[in-house]
Amino acid sequence: MREERLEKVITPDFGRNKIPAKKFALYVSFASVVMLFSGLTSAFIVRQAAGNWLEFPLPSLFYTSTIIIVASSITLQASFYSFKKGMKIPYQALLVITLFLGLTFTVMQYQAWLEMTAMGVHLTGNPSGSFVYVISGIHAAHVLGGIGAILVAIGHAFILPFFRNPKRKLRFEMTLIYWHFVGFLWIYLLVFFILQQS
Amino acid sequence: MAEVTTYNEEVLIEEHGYDDHFHDHHHGDKYQSNFITHYIFSMDHKVIAKQFLITGIFWGIIGAAMSIVFRLQLGFPEENMAWIKPILGKWIVVNQDGIGTLAPDFYYALVTMHGTILVFFVLTAGLSGTFSNLLIPLQIGARDMASPLLNMMSYWFFFLSGSLMFASLFLSTGPFSGGWTAYPPLSVLPAASSGSGAGMTLWATSLIFFVVSVLLGGINYITTVLNLRTKGMTMWRLPLTIWAFFITAIIGLLSFPVLISALLLTVFDRELGTSFFLSDIYIGGEALDRVGGSPILFQHLFWFLGHPEVYIIILPAMGLVSEVLSVHARKPIFGYKAMVYSILAIAFLSFIVWAHHMFMSGVNPFIANFFVIFTLIIAVPSAVKVFNWIATLYGGNIRFNSASLYSIGFVSMFISGGLTGIFLGNSAIDIQMHDTYFVVAHFHIVMGIAAFFGMFAGIYHWFPKMFGRFMNETLGRLHFWGTIISAYMIFWPMHYMGMAGVPRRYYSFEAFDAFSHFDEMNKFITVFAIISFAFQILFVINFFYSIWKGKVVTTKNPWGANTLEWTTPINAGHGNWPGRIPSVNRWAYDYGKDGVEFTPQIVPLKEGEVDGH
Repeated sequence: MREERLEKVITPDFGRNKIPAKKFALYVSFASVVMLFSGLTSAFIVRQAAGNWLEFPLPSLFYTSTIIIVASSITLQASFYSFKKGMKIPYQALLVITLFLGLTFTVMQYQAWLEMTAMGVHLTGNPSGSFVYVISGIHAAHVLGGIGAILVAIGHAFILPFFRNPKRKLRFEMTLIYWHFVGFLWIYLLVFFILQQS
Repeated sequence: MAEVTTYNEEVLIEEHGYDDHFHDHHHGDKYQSNFITHYIFSMDHKVIAKQFLITGIFWGIIGAAMSIVFRLQLGFPEENMAWIKPILGKWIVVNQDGIGTLAPDFYYALVTMHGTILVFFVLTAGLSGTFSNLLIPLQIGARDMASPLLNMMSYWFFFLSGSLMFASLFLSTGPFSGGWTAYPPLSVLPAASSGSGAGMTLWATSLIFFVVSVLLGGINYITTVLNLRTKGMTMWRLPLTIWAFFITAIIGLLSFPVLISALLLTVFDRELGTSFFLSDIYIGGEALDRVGGSPILFQHLFWFLGHPEVYIIILPAMGLVSEVLSVHARKPIFGYKAMVYSILAIAFLSFIVWAHHMFMSGVNPFIANFFVIFTLIIAVPSAVKVFNWIATLYGGNIRFNSASLYSIGFVSMFISGGLTGIFLGNSAIDIQMHDTYFVVAHFHIVMGIAAFFGMFAGIYHWFPKMFGRFMNETLGRLHFWGTIISAYMIFWPMHYMGMAGVPRRYYSFEAFDAFSHFDEMNKFITVFAIISFAFQILFVINFFYSIWKGKVVTTKNPWGANTLEWTTPINAGHGNWPGRIPSVNRWAYDYGKDGVEFTPQIVPLKEGEVDGH
């Protein structure tokens, strides 16, 4: 295919491009996700300052889910390490564990919403509650994107023959970077929610 | 001209170029012969640029035609409009005497759609989408964008977004009619107006897809500029076009996601019953139980995009104008580094002035002071740029053709419109001026007409690169003079109407005796709006006629320009250069250096010669 040949030559190597274009593009795209959440959290602050603001404790499951997503970042990092070292079984196993942890995180976020509802804080009530639902929900959507990427990585791990080349390493690395990113994003949001409680 | 300077680009590239092992396969190549992959789902940045341009022209015609309809209402409210009924259908209400009038609801829908279409589809996608795609790879010496696939998706998300907006025009309740800024509560409560129902749902969905398109494009532009510059192409050797597109993409990347936050919260308010933007609302005489929200919050989020958006529109035009002026004045751009720093300063300031759109929305006057100061500071880098354009022209051996005329026209428009910005940036003067025709005149001149002029300059200048043919020069100049005269005739009088307090967006002024003496002026404006529209039709005819029948380009570098796009074959294939890619040895503006008319960037520095600026 002509397209594929072009793809190969599109990135010339002058020795000064230390970072592959696709990885760089991923970092650039984080800027827009950061701005999305800056917009939402700024709206939170502005609205809170206007008064008529319901105070309520954060659902305790948010803390548990934080531990889960941190653990999933560690297992994915370990899987990447195993991949680089050529250890096939830990590479595959840790990927599956990461997927499991990622799904657990998502389910726990949902359970946390139920906890909030049980507290009497509903999506449609005072905006202070709505903000927590909406911000955590949009974050969960980004986690689901990451789960999609991990599913693709699992597909690669189990269907393709095991070998290491720069292309596969880059692909995996990009999944890893994205997954760490959504993890950090959640920690930021949690810290933000905690700090906004007076 | 004393002597004609010519260069053999092929030999220069062969001798000094960079070999990236690219092999061009024309013959029997499946990719080239397939109509669908070549013209529709193409990944070639040059084809994608043409797709953006032609889609932009399509939307430009629709948006302009809408303005003609509402200008007819403003200029000739008594006239019979039954003749447009075949097109507008039930939106023209015909009474027993056979007199047709424009439905007031649809007037608002037209104003809303005119704004949305022109701001987003024509001047963002059509301008930045077209020229970023065309010029970034060509001028930095790259085979294509960093990700041709994302680039293709960027266009198709735009297409999808446009299709949804287009579909909304045919809804029985009409398209969204609450203004292009989509302020709540009109955008949140489906019962608020006829366009607030399905029309707004499609509007919001369309814009979400549009933002996806802008982000995919922007990520690609930024990555391509930073990662794929050819050998020798340092940042300080980039043409100003690339600087402008690059910074535009960064602004878009940082501001459009905030619009997404605003739209998402709007969608939650609409569909799930949250109250982010709603409080103390009565509708149909009944109080809603939606309390606790703040409509001002939406305005903050919206204008955090909305203000950078105007620079997303104008910066590419500035970049194009800088390049076109320099080429056709046969002089280096004056103050290259100052130009770059001005772009950076404008980009930075664009993020901290948004509340100047909200002086009269109940923003604390002390906070407003902050925004006044930064708004007025934007005049500094803008003035630097204007000074540099004029200084570039000064003493130049100017070739007056359609492209350079439009560039000069751009400078004229930018000055006229920029000066009124200083009025509006003052919160005290804004008390009188806000929401009047003064505002309409200001932004149409400074970012509407000026951006169009930059775009036209770009189209006339790079048409030979896009299609291998020239546009008709006589028609081009006619188009220019017709457009600049009618543009001033339309918008100049609006300043006076605005100072007298005539409010914008009103369907009719019949009930206001205070404004009745503007009736004739409104007629005058409408007549020139129609004339201006006719001249744009002339442009469209010229454009499409020239694609197939224009004068054929016979030399690679018809304008005698220095940048890399003129070193490719006249009809370059995917990959841009057949063999090696050119390497760059100097900045882009060596015009008239050492008595040589122009020295392209691929020409090596002579011994002892110092590069550029």
